[in-house]
Amino acid sequence: MIRKIYDWIDERVDITPIWRDIADHEVPEHVNPAHHFSAFVYCFGGLTFFVTVIQILSGMFLTMYYVPDIENAWNSVFYLQQEVAHGQIVRGMHHWGASVVIVMLFLHTLRVFFQGAYKKPRELNWVVGVLIFFVMLGLGLTGYLLPWDNKAYFATQVTIDIAESVPYIGDYLKTLLAGDPEIVGAQTLTRFFAIHVFFLPAALFGLLAAHFIMIRRQGISGPL
Amino acid sequence: MSQDKKNQVSRRQFLNYTLTGVGGFMAAGMLAPMVRFAIDPVLQPKAQGDYVSTGKSVDELTSEPQRVDFTIRQVDAWYESDVSKVAWVYKQEDGSILALSPTCTHLGCFVGWNDNENYPNMFYCPCHDGLYEKSGKNVPGTPPTAPLAAFEHDVKDGILYLGKAIPREEA
Ligand code: HEM
Ligand code: FES
Repeated sequence: MIRKIYDWIDERVDITPIWRDIADHEVPEHVNPAHHFSAFVYCFGGLTFFVTVIQILSGMFLTMYYVPDIENAWNSVFYLQQEVAHGQIVRGMHHWGASVVIVMLFLHTLRVFFQGAYKKPRELNWVVGVLIFFVMLGLGLTGYLLPWDNKAYFATQVTIDIAESVPYIGDYLKTLLAGDPEIVGAQTLTRFFAIHVFFLPAALFGLLAAHFIMIRRQGISGPL
Repeated sequence: MSQDKKNQVSRRQFLNYTLTGVGGFMAAGMLAPMVRFAIDPVLQPKAQGDYVSTGKSVDELTSEPQRVDFTIRQVDAWYESDVSKVAWVYKQEDGSILALSPTCTHLGCFVGWNDNENYPNMFYCPCHDGLYEKSGKNVPGTPPTAPLAAFEHDVKDGILYLGKAIPREEA
């Protein structure tokens, strides 16, 4: 049945080459943990992506209940966690995943660094990786405010003070982030929400695409 | 393309320029309103600090900093609320009033007066051991990099009114 559907589509739009380009390629022996167990270090990139997918999915579902409004944000998080079936799990995935993704990203970076996999011709992919790292930090930073509890509020207060300490443009940067020259409040929450849920994920998709396309073009780096 | 006519624009070049130009206009037309929308808070005129009554009679002020609580009406875009504020207020040697903001200039914790036995008669910040002299001047070698901000103040009918907290440069 499925085969038939596949063939029907393939006959018309020729999808086999597309998925072959994406998925059908050899895993070299030196990156296969079944051959050398130490090759598990090659998994960290994929694990980073896996956790990122969890973040994106759980985040999308969280927005079904969450509202970025200072009167209701905390209540909406409390409600989705306490009253909604599996709310604790979905929020838990997003909450813990946000930390795990940074750990995985870090291990992946260590692997690339100590194997020298960033060397020519893969320098550009290192640069893209660093940008991905910054976007992740940005996601963690903006997401942290969203529950609008005391910890979130004061952490953001500190973040914005740090932004303010940037020479020359600090004041503008602060206002741009917080939406107000003095208050961390209603406009800060809506801004952080927009950045967390739309702007940074969009940037992340672009960067991930560039990262993966380059990997497919250049292949995985050779054994040490 | 005929080579003899100098500076001749070929059909292809002409189309490229036109398309780039039109595309550029369309992109700019799309982005300009959005960018202006996003940066609006930066371009808003600075809010005028109104003076609010603290209910504190200036006769009660001494040379010892006192905690003065007061409330301001805060307008945060579509959200208006009453926000409580604190000032450390005392009379300086020349009799003038100094109202210091309790917000640590390091990372914004609440600074207390004379509340740590190791640092008598100083402003002390519990977060990272920040210290300030009575004048609000930060003690070098502790985390804060600037003196405590001072509130603008006014006295009407013997009552202390406070305005905006003005940051002060390193002494
Ligand atoms: C790799 C990507 C992401 C990271 C690292 C991340 C990180 C975070 C963090 C640290 C929090 C605070 C959670 C808590 O304190 O419990 C948060 C909250 C939130 N995030 Fe994300 N996030 C990511 C992607 C997304 C995406 C793609 C969406 C939506 C499409 C999203 C929607 C939300 C929402 C609605 C909340 C508030 C609910 C809550 O606090 O539990 N996130 N995020
Ligand atoms: S916040 Fe006061 S010393 Fe750091």
